[in-house]
Amino acid sequence: MSQQPKGWKEISIAGVCWKPATDYHTGDWRSFKPVRDPKKCTKCLLCHIVCPDAAIQWNKETQDIEFNYDFCKGCGICANECGAKAIVMVQEGGE
Amino acid sequence: MITIKELTEKPELFTAGHRACAGCGPAIALRQIMKALRGPTIVTEATGCMEVVSTIYPYTAWNVPWVHTAFETAAANASGIEAALKVLKRKKRITHEHVDVIALAGDGGTYDIGIQALSGAAERGHDFLYVLYDNEGYMNTGIQRSGGTPLGASTTTSPAGTVIPGKTQHKKPIADIMVAHDIPYVATASIGYWQDLMAKVRKGLEVEGPAFLHVMAPCPRGWRSDTAKTMEISRLAVETCVFPLWEAVNGEYGLSPISKAIALKPDRKKPVEVYLKMQRRFAHLFQPKFQHIIKEIQDDTDKRWNRLLKKCNIPQVAVSKT
Amino acid sequence: MAIIEQKTIPLNGDEAVAYAVKQSDVDVVAAYPITPQTIIVERFSEYVANGEVDTEFVCVESEHSALAASLTASLTGARAFTATASAGLALMHEMVYVTAGCRAPVVMAVTNRALSAPINIHCDHSDVMAERDSGWIQLWAENAQEVYDSIIQAFRIAEHPDLMTPVMVNLDGFFLSHTLENVQVLPDNVVRKFVGIRQYPLVSDTQGKKVPFKLDPDFPLTMGPLDLPDYYFEHKRQQEEAMHIAPKIIKQVHDEYAKLSGRSYGNGFVDAYNVDDAEIVTVCLGSTAGTTKTVVDQLRSKGIKAGVLRVRTLRPLPVEDIMRALENKKAVAVLDRSNSVGGQGGPFFHEIRHVLYGAQSHPPIVDYVYGLGGRDMPPALIQNIYKDLEEIAKTGKVKNLVQFAGVRE
Repeated sequence: MSQQPKGWKEISIAGVCWKPATDYHTGDWRSFKPVRDPKKCTKCLLCHIVCPDAAIQWNKETQDIEFNYDFCKGCGICANECGAKAIVMVQEGGE
Repeated sequence: MITIKELTEKPELFTAGHRACAGCGPAIALRQIMKALRGPTIVTEATGCMEVVSTIYPYTAWNVPWVHTAFETAAANASGIEAALKVLKRKKRITHEHVDVIALAGDGGTYDIGIQALSGAAERGHDFLYVLYDNEGYMNTGIQRSGGTPLGASTTTSPAGTVIPGKTQHKKPIADIMVAHDIPYVATASIGYWQDLMAKVRKGLEVEGPAFLHVMAPCPRGWRSDTAKTMEISRLAVETCVFPLWEAVNGEYGLSPISKAIALKPDRKKPVEVYLKMQRRFAHLFQPKFQHIIKEIQDDTDKRWNRLLKKCNIPQVAVSKT
Repeated sequence: MAIIEQKTIPLNGDEAVAYAVKQSDVDVVAAYPITPQTIIVERFSEYVANGEVDTEFVCVESEHSALAASLTASLTGARAFTATASAGLALMHEMVYVTAGCRAPVVMAVTNRALSAPINIHCDHSDVMAERDSGWIQLWAENAQEVYDSIIQAFRIAEHPDLMTPVMVNLDGFFLSHTLENVQVLPDNVVRKFVGIRQYPLVSDTQGKKVPFKLDPDFPLTMGPLDLPDYYFEHKRQQEEAMHIAPKIIKQVHDEYAKLSGRSYGNGFVDAYNVDDAEIVTVCLGSTAGTTKTVVDQLRSKGIKAGVLRVRTLRPLPVEDIMRALENKKAVAVLDRSNSVGGQGGPFFHEIRHVLYGAQSHPPIVDYVYGLGGRDMPPALIQNIYKDLEEIAKTGKVKNLVQFAGVRE
């Protein structure tokens, strides 16, 4: 799937970056996965502002919190911080 | 005050896909800082963890103009950017009414190699906000000690040995050094108190002239702490008064709400042990032969805290029971 | 186009720099004083204090910051200038490379001075030779007039959107920096028009859009990233490419300026004085060419076919020009105002000798390291060198590849 890296004639000068970091998925670093219990969740959104990876976002349309597992590294901060104890960390690869 | 709901609607200017370690405190700091901007902004960053993880070519996690040049240059870079913006605006070669300039650097780039440029830029009075994200060591290069590493911490260049109990020197009072530069705004902040942090970013941007914000941001990798506990440790640093929150506006010190609450109700001040215990970089201090260091850390914390209270014109309180 | 009428004013080399910068609509000057560059910052400060320029003058706390601030000012879209010498350039060293790598078209005057230790404030070229490989274009001036002309040209060269490569203008400490000469200066408006307003090349952003190469909130770009083995080499190759196209632009700017001012310096790359029919030739940089030309005149009056080749652009190295000028000579001496300790000759010798390896024929070539720490290079010493060359030309034999001219035993 990896593309052939570009040659020096094809890229801009000075190392100006031309790909958004969001094209790079860090989710596969994860060994534990946060799982949210929507029934317990108060949608206080604290998890949004404590996530180092901007992986927890508010979906305006569904009016709900979304975890983006493409980026979540499984640090567990959200679970630790959640006042409602609505998030648990589950080992990846388990059931 | 802004609600989190409103924050979720602000664009992620420091985006997902950066390659910081899981549970990275500085990455949280950057997200919070970038959500506190007030308008067009240029960011310059010293070499360090956050620079490296956010701009691995060809990828970038930045949605603002951003430049890195070297390790010791964050403040000099900001000087050049600010000077350029000023003159280009005067010559009507840029259209923005105002562009904020933020310099970001870690503790190595601030306490140590970058302090000369920082001091010079502060003296010259450039209009910029310097944010120090302090993870108390050269973490990017493999956890070496810096001028910001606290007493007793084990790092790869101040390892806890059989004879020497980790770093034998205290943390440099960098924010006080910046207050001594007589700049309009200096503050400490913690990712554990995001509203306070974001308000201070805003204040730092709003003052005319140099502003300095010292942000404590734990590094699970270097502090040998649980990745899930980053925020908890951040709060404990404040609650133990190891890292009190304050601001100095035009040189006048004042405690920020959380630290003020502790000052007024001293029994809320937690012993440093609870903070140290959560970090394995201090694990050796709990051996009987090194336990006196914990007392030394407590004494030093109390001394600094009392000194701060004096500066804030708050009557001294009894030293916490340990 | 007719040559513009110009006034003649007395300026030393440093003042000539400051005067040219004043006229070049420079946005940001960030500098730190160091002998013998000091006069540049002093004069420029006066221009700022008297409102004669619309420039942000950032009087920084070190040369390292001087170049760092110039670099980021340049990346923000400003025309930026700095100046230094000796230890200052050495302190900048890290940023010299960074500036070139960031493709920031900063112009810097280097008032050449020896490096410590022992500390010495006088002229030699060891400071700038340490920056030879940094990716900067290097112009070298023979006199204050050329200093003035080269600074103005430097902005046009550096900022050319196809080039985006910083330019150093070298002037010999004290010999040029502190020596008063009559300098012809162009009218302000003519210089302003000649340098123009900075244009920006287009680069790709993260959305694949082509946007101007500068720090601009309207087009957020990330500059100076971490570049790993997968791309660093490509970016370095791009810098080499800029040096390949630089001669075209240097020539174009030099010739255009010549039409305006009536002044040119050889072909813009090398200044050959009596070289064409010469049998013995010395090769030098900077102000030494002046003395050497006088010696050549004396020798010519005696019927000795002597010449001197002054190199004006050390980077990009005008390989063809040097080769054509020297390949058929009977003997060549390089005058090196710096030494590569333990390297068999000075760095300039290595450059010239390297060029000749590709020539049709290889004249005997020797090196004279001279003038370190401001030691004088009087005509007598240069005459001796030509005498040696006559001997080498006659015998075809080189007795000493490298000699130190003017040092006491």
